[in-house]
Amino acid sequence: MPEDTRSIGRTLRMLFVALLVAVGVAGVARPAHAQEDSGDEAVEDAAGTEVKGTLRAQDADGEDIFLEGVEFVVTDADGNEVGRGVSDAEGNWSVPLPGAGDYSTLLVVETLPEGNSLRNPDNNPLSFSVNDGDSRPNLFPLGEAAAKTDNSIKAIQLFVDGLKLGLIIAMCSIGLSLIYGTTALVNFAHGEMVTFGAMAAYLFHASGALGFETSLIVAGVLAVIMSGIAGGLFNGLVWGALRNSGASLFSALVVSIGFSIFLRYVMLYIFGGRDGFYRDYRIQQKWNFGWFTLAPKDAFIMGFSTVVLIGVGVTLEKTRAGKAMRAVADNRDLAESSGIDVEKVITWVWVAGSALAGLGGVLFATTEAIGWEMGFRILLLMFAGVTLGGLGTAYGALFGSLIIGVFIQTSTLVIPSDLKNVGALLMLIVVLLVRPQGLLGRAERIG
Amino acid sequence: MDWGSIIENMFRGLIGENLIYFGLAAMGLNIHFGYTGLLNFGQAVFMAAGAYGLAIAVTSLGWSFWVGVPLGLFVFPLVLAGLMGIPTLRLRSDYLAIVTIAVAEMFRIIFRSPTPSIKKYTNASDGLNGFTRTFYDLSPFSNDKRYLGLWLGNQMWVVLVGWIALAAAVLLVWLLIRSPWGRVLKAIREDEDAARSLGKNAYWYKMQALALGGMLGAAGGMLRAIGTGSAQPQNFITDVTFFAWVALILGGAGKVLAPVIGAALLYGVLNFTDSFLREAVANDVIPDSIMSGAQVGQVRFMLIGLGLVLLAAFRPQGIFGSKEEMALDDR
Repeated sequence: MPEDTRSIGRTLRMLFVALLVAVGVAGVARPAHAQEDSGDEAVEDAAGTEVKGTLRAQDADGEDIFLEGVEFVVTDADGNEVGRGVSDAEGNWSVPLPGAGDYSTLLVVETLPEGNSLRNPDNNPLSFSVNDGDSRPNLFPLGEAAAKTDNSIKAIQLFVDGLKLGLIIAMCSIGLSLIYGTTALVNFAHGEMVTFGAMAAYLFHASGALGFETSLIVAGVLAVIMSGIAGGLFNGLVWGALRNSGASLFSALVVSIGFSIFLRYVMLYIFGGRDGFYRDYRIQQKWNFGWFTLAPKDAFIMGFSTVVLIGVGVTLEKTRAGKAMRAVADNRDLAESSGIDVEKVITWVWVAGSALAGLGGVLFATTEAIGWEMGFRILLLMFAGVTLGGLGTAYGALFGSLIIGVFIQTSTLVIPSDLKNVGALLMLIVVLLVRPQGLLGRAERIG
Repeated sequence: MDWGSIIENMFRGLIGENLIYFGLAAMGLNIHFGYTGLLNFGQAVFMAAGAYGLAIAVTSLGWSFWVGVPLGLFVFPLVLAGLMGIPTLRLRSDYLAIVTIAVAEMFRIIFRSPTPSIKKYTNASDGLNGFTRTFYDLSPFSNDKRYLGLWLGNQMWVVLVGWIALAAAVLLVWLLIRSPWGRVLKAIREDEDAARSLGKNAYWYKMQALALGGMLGAAGGMLRAIGTGSAQPQNFITDVTFFAWVALILGGAGKVLAPVIGAALLYGVLNFTDSFLREAVANDVIPDSIMSGAQVGQVRFMLIGLGLVLLAAFRPQGIFGSKEEMALDDR
């Protein structure tokens, strides 16, 4: 865990917000994270059945401090007291238990040092069951309850989180939009390139399947290269052949759907249904910027994806290849008759778009779990972003994705976070009602 | 290897429950795509509408079964068709494809949401059950006997009602497509501008087709909920839509009976591979390192994906369709 803590805000309140958001965001992403993030206790082998834990909080500088002198009372299933414990100078406490069974631990709140409180008062007393000989850890996370946070500060934090999500969606969806622009194909299999990138990096970085493991950065670079190659191969083997055979829009759409389902379940077959996580940069101390906090990796994701997206923009505007791509997207026949090798341009669009999607997958997987369905979930958000910005326009994809990302995150102020993607999909419908060509698209009416 | 049970399962696929559920859903898609040219990639949510319409009415609200049936069959699909159709039916056809798949995912998220105000109606990912009693009380079959060597009384009752529903749907579609209304749909599929220039309100006809096909899908979904005894979000994931699509394209879009035959063939093949692989894994013909019991279920989805790719690429007209009728232009 890097220790380069940079504290800007000095008040305790900020500290609590920071702590909260750290766990809150992780909790939204995956409930399992919250458990792991707060599970700082080391589980050690110990003789005899016992329950134990470590009480730690953070001071205003973000340094860990351990709480001494906090009392715990353990009762069995019938409510009889079986033991008491007091935390020592390292915050450690333990209570020996008579044997296997169901117990509950009560933290005596009055004994907490001034300024500390339980984050989840509902979980006190904490019920648990234990096997004979087990040393069972009990967690009592400290911090203020979610309801007590100031909504305006929360909104700023969510805005920043939304920007990060939007940048990732944008990176994934530029390829989707460019492929649509150059070949008129709505590629439903584009989400699988995101999953592919995330999983390829996992293969090199954390799976151990190859007999060696690399750092996440090396694995990420390899994953992006592999995604690009895969995109090129798919174009050559599937889509190019389909275009040459003069297949209709319907055939191409259905092939892309079938391809998406096939790839998704092949990846499920190989990867398994459980969630995967990268080991590097998994838990980081957040930087506190006063109004919001940001883990260093999130700051990196935002900075890096901004640079990549600007790079894509410059490439499209200034280089020959980029101009050719825009020309083909604009008017394929005209581009072809002015000497542009359209098939070559399309190949490059597939390679670059897939590589970007793979990169998006790697970045996304550093903040969320890797799973076989992640790409499909992002695909629908990409559709929302791309449609909002204007299908077929590179800048529209970027613009729309950013709005969708911010919209998804800030909508959790008013709707439950498990429904946040519903808002984005509803927005997709509303955009089509009000401005079907998207914010940056050109109006064309068909049907 | 127990070949008897493998063959029996295949047979059950050819004529049994899944033929009914997905045959009806595919007939709905046939109206959408085969006759009108609409790309509905969210048939799963119409199926869910039928299942949840009944389940929410009976289990969550305590209404009569006979209120739940029309709610699931007509009201919910109409609302969905409006939600999908009003924004997209004036636009290029791929917008409808995107929106239907988005709406399907949207409702799946809502159905499985643990938010208390929603959960009290839908019971989150556990889904709803206990809404089938009125249906099974009508059953003339005894649950102690096996009928046709395949089904116990209650299952036989579901299958019989399903066959009747399927036959009624075939008749309905056949009559509708022969009618002037059906000819307008085909005209829209062939050339929407021509239909419009003849004074037909293409948007309105497409809307009607979307709702009608959705209702057929809802019938399939409702029977599925009754047959399995529960309405669960897991049974209506987006991929479910494409089982119906494969059934449709396999049979041949634009033919009245094609979706039924396609669904029968599809589930014959799927049930065969499924039980064959299960037997092979259980008897260690296929070692555990290559395929585990849990992975067998994933193979059928791969087959669906692969089937879609191959059919769409090499034989988009299916077994019975004609290429001329299915030559969809790039609208």
